[in-house]
This record gives sequence, C-alpha cells and structure tokens, in this order.
Amino acid sequence: MENRAPLSVISRVDETDSRTLLSMQDVRVWFELKKWGFLKAGFVRAVDGVSFKLDQGQALTIVGESGSGKTTLLRMILGLCQLTEGQIEFAGRNLDGQKSKDLAWLRSQVGFVQQDPYGALASFMDVHRILIEPLIINRVRREEHEQRIREALEEVRLIPVDDFLTKYPHMLSGGQQQRLVIARALLLRPRLIVADEPVSMLDASVRVEILEMMRGIQKNHDLSVIYITHDLSSVRYFSERVFVMYAAKLVEKADVREIVQNPLHPYTQALLAAIPDPDAKNAAELKAVPPGEPPSLINPPNGCRFHPRCPHKIEGRCDVDEPPEFEPGPGHLVECWLYDPEAGAPPAQTTMTDRAQAQAERQTAELQDRDN
Amino acid sequence: MIKGTDRQRGRAGAAIRGTSRHVGPVLKVEDLSLYFRASVGVVRAVEGVSFELQRGRSLTIVGESGCGKTSLAKAILRLLPRNIHTYKGRVFLNGTDLMTLSDERFRQDIRWKEMSLVSQAAMNSLNPVLKVGYQVAEPLLINHNMEKKAAFERAREVFKAVGIPAAFLDRYAFELSGGMRQRAIIAMALITNPSLVILDEPTSALDVLTQANIMNALKKIKREFDLSFILITHDIATSSELADEVLCMYAGQLVEHSKAERFYREPLHPYAQKLMASVPTLHTEKKPEFIAGQPPSLLNPPSGCRFALRCHRRFERCEEDPPLFQHGDETVKCWLYEKG
Repeated sequence: MENRAPLSVISRVDETDSRTLLSMQDVRVWFELKKWGFLKAGFVRAVDGVSFKLDQGQALTIVGESGSGKTTLLRMILGLCQLTEGQIEFAGRNLDGQKSKDLAWLRSQVGFVQQDPYGALASFMDVHRILIEPLIINRVRREEHEQRIREALEEVRLIPVDDFLTKYPHMLSGGQQQRLVIARALLLRPRLIVADEPVSMLDASVRVEILEMMRGIQKNHDLSVIYITHDLSSVRYFSERVFVMYAAKLVEKADVREIVQNPLHPYTQALLAAIPDPDAKNAAELKAVPPGEPPSLINPPNGCRFHPRCPHKIEGRCDVDEPPEFEPGPGHLVECWLYDPEAGAPPAQTTMTDRAQAQAERQTAELQDRDN
Repeated sequence: MIKGTDRQRGRAGAAIRGTSRHVGPVLKVEDLSLYFRASVGVVRAVEGVSFELQRGRSLTIVGESGCGKTSLAKAILRLLPRNIHTYKGRVFLNGTDLMTLSDERFRQDIRWKEMSLVSQAAMNSLNPVLKVGYQVAEPLLINHNMEKKAAFERAREVFKAVGIPAAFLDRYAFELSGGMRQRAIIAMALITNPSLVILDEPTSALDVLTQANIMNALKKIKREFDLSFILITHDIATSSELADEVLCMYAGQLVEHSKAERFYREPLHPYAQKLMASVPTLHTEKKPEFIAGQPPSLLNPPSGCRFALRCHRRFERCEEDPPLFQHGDETVKCWLYEKG
C-alpha cells in the first residue's frame, strides 16, 4: 500500500497515543480454499488491507453489506481468527499469535453483544446463572459476584433486579433479552464492547431505546464501542465515526455528520440514496441503484472493487490501479481515484450519482406515463 | 380427497377469476378472526379485522412483531396450522365468498391461482436439487395442466419481469445470489397471473442496495400486471416504498387503516403516531422516540383498548373496547375519533 495518508488523522480527537485502545495496520485475513480436501484452490479475501485506530471512549460504526467482511473483522478483534498479514494491537499488546493465556485476558477486556439475543442466551439457564458464568470462568472473587450481577442488571435497567434473576430467557421479551446480553457483556468491566447488529432482530419501537441505552453506558464508563450494522439510518444516533466497508475494504471513513451530508465514495452515495425515509412519495418513484452485485472475494476485480458498478468510473485508472486512501477533507478519508489531488480538481460534489439518478428519473417518468 | 372434474373446476374458476367483469374490491375481509389453541390457553392472534382492497392498489400491513401480521396473511390464504381454535369471519375475492369453499376447492381454484404468497425468508425455500426454472414453472404444470413448453415460455416472461436473465432458468438455487433467489420466488408468485400477491417481509433478509433493486422491480410489476399487493413488514421506511394504503395492527387488532399520504405524514391512532416517531430517519433531522412498555399478551388481552396502558392520550373511555370509527376516508380504532 504505497502513498497512504497518515493514519494519525483518525485519532485526531487526542493526538497522544496513550488513548489509543485498538489499532489495526494493513490487516488481511484470507481463508484458504481447498479442492477435494487437499488441492489449493485460492483464497477468500475476507478482510483485505484494513487500517484504523480506535481511542478509548470512542464509538465507531462499521457499515457494510453482508459478505463485506464486517463479521470477520469483528472476529479478529475478539481473537477468534488468525490474521494472514498485518498487525493488530489492543491496549499496547500485539494480538497476533497469542497464547491462550493472553486470549483469556483479551476476552475479559472485550465484551461481545451478539446479533440474535435468544440464540446467544442458553435457554436452560436462568438470568442469575447466565450472568454468574463469566465471573466464575474469569475467577472473579466470589464475594463480588452478587454485587456485580446487580450492578450490571441495573445498568441495563432490568429492574427490579430480583424479579429478573430467576427468569429464563424465553420469559423475557426480545428487548429484555438484548438487555441481558448487554449486561453480560458489561459484567467483566471491559474496555471495549463489540456489538454485531445488536438491534436488527428487534422492533423499531424498541431499537432506539436499546441504542440510546448503549450510548449512555458508553459515555458513563468511557467505553469504546464498535458497532457493526447495515442500517445506516440508526448510525447517527449512536456513534461519532463511521467506516463504510465494501468487498473487504474500508472505502470511506468519516464523522457521522459528514457521511450523511457529504458522502464522497460513489458506493456510500448509492447506499444513502437507497435508504428511504418513510414517505408516501416513495411509492411513485424508482430509486437510483447501481446495477450488479458485490464482487466475489475469491477473485476481486482489479483496481477499485466498486468500479464494475460505479457510474463515475475513470477508464484506465479505476480498473487498473487500486486506489490508495485520499483525504479530501479533514478526517474524511476515502479510497477512490476521484479524489486524487494530483489528477486535478475533485469532481463537483453530488448527493447522488448523476447517471444513476438520471436513469431513475427516466424510469419514474415511464412509470407515470403508464399510469395515466 | 374430493377431486372436482375439469368442468366443475372450470366453472368455479371462471366465476372467481378476476376478469374485467367484476367491479368492486379485489379483496374484502369482514370481521376475520384467527385464534390458536396453545397449552396455556387460547392465543387471539387476529381479532375482528375488516378491510377492503381495490384492484391495482397495494396495501401495507405494519406493526410490531407478534401483532398478528403474518397470521392475518395466513388466515386470508387459509394456510392454517393444526392448532386452530377459531377461524371465523368472511373473505371475498373478486366478489366470491371464499369461506364457503371446501379446502380442496380452495386449493385448486384460489391458492396460487388467484392469490399467491411470497413468504418470509423465501429465498431459502427453493428446492436445492431442482432447477430454478422448473420450480418457477411448477404451478402452471401442476395446477393448470399446461404444456411444458408453454409453461417454460411463461416462466421466461416472468423472469424478465422481475429482472433475472432468462439463462438463469437452467440454474440451481445455490448458483443464485440472495437477491436473485428472492426475485425467483417473486416470479413464482406471479406466474399464474393472480389478482392478489401477498408479500410477507420480502426484503428483510437482504442488503440495502439489493432491497432497493427488488422494490424497484415490484413497483414496475405492479403497474405492468395490474396486480394488487399486500405487503407485510415491520420496517416502516421500506413499507412506504410500495404503499397506497396502510393498515396498522396492534395486539391482533386493526388500529388504523389510512391512505399512505396521511399515514406517513400524520397518522391518527396514538399507537401509529408513536410508531412513526420511533423510526430513525436518515435524510431529515429528527430525534426518534421509543414506546415505553410492552404489547399485551394475546392470551389474555385487556378488555378495553389494547394500547391504553402505553398510550399518552388515555382517558376514562379507553376502558371500553373502541369500535372502528370513520374519520374522513380513514378507519381508526380509537375513542378520540368518536365524533368522526
């Protein structure tokens, strides 16, 4: 990765490195494919060259489609899979090739909130048993157990605590189950919480409540949170910074407000344009959506991975060279040739990709013609 | 098993078929209820739902999970599990009372011929060992006794309509991406040219861009085929993509039935208002709220208004069960609109 923009911009909130909790440098995770069980058949490049830093107390969202590598990234942070290349550091310790003792330490420092709360809770254990398990495994002093459980449950507002301790997961509503999962993640007083689509299984009316609660806990305890989702509309209520992931790469990194108001990467623009706000007008219009589907990670396209679907493709550039990270605005990083300062002025900024927009308008007009 | 002769079948079919002779609503549901028997008691999944749907319109059913959306769809399609306690009310399709038909007649003449379903997570319901094209053409081969060649020709047409290249007819399900599989399932629902298609969470398992693509395809199909859609979803933002009318359900009951223009701007029922307020928006600044408390158990629902306990506009009257009030063009189940 030549001519990368300096990484320090990301942690510009605090320039000193002492606040950095997690850092990744050019991390790659490739899974080997075998043919007939022994022949080499290539690699699935699940994560391919990801770099970032996360400060203590910062909340970060990673947005991406399924299969873009979000979950592999998360598994790496939890120490559940090995890196192929690159470096990952947590609280100053290198996480690659650790021994099981280090892994136990890591997992006491990182709390995990799963996507499906019911699946993540053992159905044969009651709440008390579910919560005491991590304390026993991590050899927390027995005198502290009850108090820690109480604190965690109060934190997630499963109160009065005594009513809940004897309940089993199936007796709780979806929202309460998710709170219990969060309580369990908080129990060992971690420094980082990793949440994989924590509200996607819940109803709209409960989602906001859970996200707000997590936000509150994050601020009160100076926790770092990595929140993984495909739902961009909930992002702005949760974190300061957003990374957009496409085909195993982080294509755009910016503050929430920037991403929503001034998306730069054509993929991010398409993503934002595709998400509707509830409005009766939507039914009469077609959306501008780039054609095609995300590329295979076994044989990703040359150059920029979005170029086969991109309306702004520069021939001879985007399909040949992989774009490095450019920084068109402070703290706004994007892997796209359109923002190459050496190639002249950056293109006029549009909220939606022009060609796709024009096409959608044409089709909408056709629809209305047919209607009349 | 009763087997109708071809002549009988033809007659019933012609009467029910949504030809231009029938004027009036495609679907009319009157006081439909569906209760399940469970070990702990009777679950009132759908209670007293009535609505009408005109030809070429689409109706969106929204509500939280467990409010009876899917059960309502199943009750309309008569896809019932075994533990039925009560199944009553009337369903008219193109003017024909479906409740008077026997199960066998319903299966032969109505289900999939006149009403089809795109079920939840349908993309995982394709048969892995049959070619997609055969599975899509199957309703024609089996229900309509159509020639194989003609059936595949028709399959090619619907594939085109949903935006899959015709070459995909010869592929197997695992060779298709999630979005393509979902499109194939939609093609399957369209192939018999039904009057009504019920879509139960058709895009909730898909990515944002794929979802937008499929919504685009559905909008085009709606125009081209002159179909009526019922779209069931808990994702309010997506629901607005395909809504002419919105039916909002809460705890097994219909609480509001409004035109889309009204529902997405200023819904009438306090629950619908709260629900709309809880939707996070991306393009406009708005702080979403949440609804405190939980929906009541359907085993033992409260006798009065079911939303009363969580309602911000509760008053004495709410202890009685409100009937459906007409408020202009809209129907709403709330005492606040008693005066009309």
